[in-house]
Amino acid sequence: MTSGRTAAGVALAALLAACTPRAGNDNTGVYMLLDTSGTYRQELDKAEQIIRHTLARLDASDSFAVARIDTGSFSEKDIVAKTSFDDRPSTINRQKRLFAEQVSAFVHDATSSPYTDITGGLLQAIEFLNEKGTGRKTILIFSDLKEDLEDGYVRDITFDLDGFEVIALNVTKLRSDNVDPREYLGRLADWQARVEKSGGTWRVINDLDSLEGLL
Amino acid sequence: MSFLLGLTPWPVISTLLWIVLVVATLYFARPTAHRAIRAAAGTLHKTLKLASRAVTQAQSNLARRNREVLLAAGREAKERIVEREFDRVSDSVRKDLANYAALHRSLSDAIGRIEADHQDAVEVPPDPPGWVKAVEAVAKIDSREGRVGVSDVLGDIHKSLVKAHQEALAAYRDASAKRHALLHRMRPEWRHVQQTLGHVQKSVDSLLGRSVAIDRHMQEYEDIVRGQDRAVSVLSSSSLVYFFVSALVLAVAVGGATINFSLIARPMAEMVGGTSLIGGFRTAEIAALVIIMVEISMGLFLMESLRITRLFPVIGALPDKVRVRMVWITFTILLLLASVEAGLAYMREVLLQDELATNALLRGDEATATLSGEYLWITTAAQMGMGFVLPFALTFVAIPLETFVHSLRTVLGLAGIGLLRFASLVLRVLGNAVRYLGLLAEQVYDLPLFIPLWLEAKNGRSRSGRGSHLTRVGT
Repeated sequence: MTSGRTAAGVALAALLAACTPRAGNDNTGVYMLLDTSGTYRQELDKAEQIIRHTLARLDASDSFAVARIDTGSFSEKDIVAKTSFDDRPSTINRQKRLFAEQVSAFVHDATSSPYTDITGGLLQAIEFLNEKGTGRKTILIFSDLKEDLEDGYVRDITFDLDGFEVIALNVTKLRSDNVDPREYLGRLADWQARVEKSGGTWRVINDLDSLEGLL
Repeated sequence: MSFLLGLTPWPVISTLLWIVLVVATLYFARPTAHRAIRAAAGTLHKTLKLASRAVTQAQSNLARRNREVLLAAGREAKERIVEREFDRVSDSVRKDLANYAALHRSLSDAIGRIEADHQDAVEVPPDPPGWVKAVEAVAKIDSREGRVGVSDVLGDIHKSLVKAHQEALAAYRDASAKRHALLHRMRPEWRHVQQTLGHVQKSVDSLLGRSVAIDRHMQEYEDIVRGQDRAVSVLSSSSLVYFFVSALVLAVAVGGATINFSLIARPMAEMVGGTSLIGGFRTAEIAALVIIMVEISMGLFLMESLRITRLFPVIGALPDKVRVRMVWITFTILLLLASVEAGLAYMREVLLQDELATNALLRGDEATATLSGEYLWITTAAQMGMGFVLPFALTFVAIPLETFVHSLRTVLGLAGIGLLRFASLVLRVLGNAVRYLGLLAEQVYDLPLFIPLWLEAKNGRSRSGRGSHLTRVGT
């Protein structure tokens, strides 16, 4: 009788052990930084398209957050919308709709910020994704990558981007870049070097009509 | 190479020397080499022959076993058929004989009534007319007494005669009318008797037909019991046909089960979650599969309880009361599962529409996002209908499954026999090939030795010639 109970217990334990959630292995975490500084704020409509595309791609137990880049971006207050998708299809659809509405409201009401703290946003993204513990971590930077810090902000910090993929989106050319393209190329090269030095992978997508390879 | 050619300062001479040496070595080693080749070829030949015999023996054993299995299966099937025929005969006899008392009574009553009517309808001879005696009295009147008053007497007689005639005619007509009425009343009784007898004849004909069928089945059964080759051949070909037909039906059933699976797998994620895994497979998919498997199992039990299939003898051997109870239980479970499936199919459609609307919203296609299909209810109803019907349809999988399982034994046996026969043939061919290869190897061995062999043959001939010459001289 005792041995029978033991066998039943072992079988139940094996079944529970075999019944593992997908989260933590195959799920994806995406953190998107939106540059709202200066004239780049006008590009936010394009960012909304990217966000909707990303939402359509994400599935159960994935995580997604959208945050703005402003004067000091290393703050939870800059997160516009965030969610971790449930594992029930109906709830996922509701979450996606709600997320899209939040982003849409932000795009409609967003104001320009005087400074651009990309590094702070990146640090916030790393923290968020590490906390979520997703299997795949992607940071989308929707910006011209021109960092402009307010005096007193220290951002000379090394990242730990091991296992992260950083994708720069819609890196527009500034007027000064047109005068001296080396500025633009140098900016891209600098960011690539920073990311790769920190252990991450770097990509740039400027053609927003072909977002198929984004995720 | 240089060492070989450097045996003498002249390479050609060295080569020739080597050839002579090799040929001489081969020549002297020839008997031993021939024996070795023969021994090797012979050993291999015998080994392969032995293996071939063993395989043939195994094939015979398998064929015998297969024959036994085939005969046993055929015997069982025939027993079932004969049993069913007897059941039908029993039902028919019970049905007819149960009514036999009433039938007999009905026939007896009808015949009694006919007999009574017939008795009543017998023609009654008319009474002799009263005037005959009067005529006789007139005739006896003496002439001497005169014939005075005869005329009056005759006149009275005439009147009486006419009156009697009219009365007799009226009585006869009444009697005839009564007889006709009686005969008329007998007609439905005849018809009733005729119909009853027709019914009896039909039942008897049916019984006779069944008895002919039983005779035929019994003949086949006896053939099977005696293990006649013809019976085995018939059973074997039937078994192959059953195998392929049941495999085809099972393939169709698998298709149905797959559709069923796709109907419920998606909404299952809503119940058990869409991300958890069991052994590398999604829990929702496993749950959907389990539901389908449970439905198939319930279908099997239902068929077993109804005694349509006989895969589980335990169920077939249950008392009738328990068996009927089991029928109702399995049917209820099946009905519940079918209802659950219909609900899941509805849920699937709802989820699909929700997802389509969300994707359209994310694409910015507001029109599609808010569009509600006018004919959407048709697909929803169709899915629900399929979800409800498919579990019941899958119930009938039990019948081809039983046939498949039974015929599979025979088919596997036949395939095994064919395989063993082929293996035996290959081994036999290989054995013979090895033997002839041994002979060929001997000849090939002798090929470079043609000069010493020619010399040996010539020497032998001259020796034998000399020997015969000496023999002749001696004699």
